[in-house]
Amino acid sequence: MRRDIFQAIADPTRRSIIALIAINAMTPNALASNFNTTRQAISKHLQILVECDLVHSHQKGREIYYSLQVEKMKELDVWLEQYRNIWIKKFDKLDKLLDDLKE
Amino acid sequence: MNTNLFFNFQVDKSSKKVFITRDFNAPLDLVWDAFTKAELLDEWTAPAPYKAKTKYMDFSVGGKRFYAMISPDGSESWALQKYTSISPKTHFQFFNTFTDKDENPAPTGSEWDHTFSHKDGITRVHITIYNESLERMEGLLDGFKEGYTASIENLENLLSSQMSQ
Repeated sequence: MRRDIFQAIADPTRRSIIALIAINAMTPNALASNFNTTRQAISKHLQILVECDLVHSHQKGREIYYSLQVEKMKELDVWLEQYRNIWIKKFDKLDKLLDDLKE
Repeated sequence: MNTNLFFNFQVDKSSKKVFITRDFNAPLDLVWDAFTKAELLDEWTAPAPYKAKTKYMDFSVGGKRFYAMISPDGSESWALQKYTSISPKTHFQFFNTFTDKDENPAPTGSEWDHTFSHKDGITRVHITIYNESLERMEGLLDGFKEGYTASIENLENLLSSQMSQ
């Protein structure tokens, strides 16, 4: 399944991660120290952001650093994504309805 | 989402228009019915977790559909669609306005144009929505913030204050 950018930024932890790495590239451990949660949970949030292309990772020595894709953030129009998401949800319902009607 | 089916969504704020194109893996007759019959419209036109409820519908030129979007906590947002043009299984238009529960309309609305075509078992629908004001277009999402019922109340207050002017 393709990731929905709106869902990615709807989560408050992920928004905080974006705010933190907007200043400096950070490792999952360094990020986790800013939250009352596990490194594993932070890694999962990072993975979702990577899948949306909002965040990139690069290896530096033994550590992986995550940085914000500023250009992608600039492209992101929250209003537009929300509006588009409403139509995706409606058409999902319509696809199912049409499948039912075909039977 | 069925990712194999074509979907395009564009907003042009300068012309206040929204362009939507979507393919459906179903015959034209079924897709047409899903857009033009009340009991079918109620099944899909509200995005989850909202529900749609048509109070009445007369699908004919000059006829109207009066319906509500119902939020998970039971708040109702009413709207009225007046059909302005119909070419069966090809094209139809309506003018949409948000209203209160007594059909009193907001000052501005939107024109919806739907075009249907069919090829190799796939039905394509083009929708163009023209909003009479940019404020209206940008305010469209206010009723859909999940768990944010205050915005619906704000919208209702705004509508009633505008109508009393």
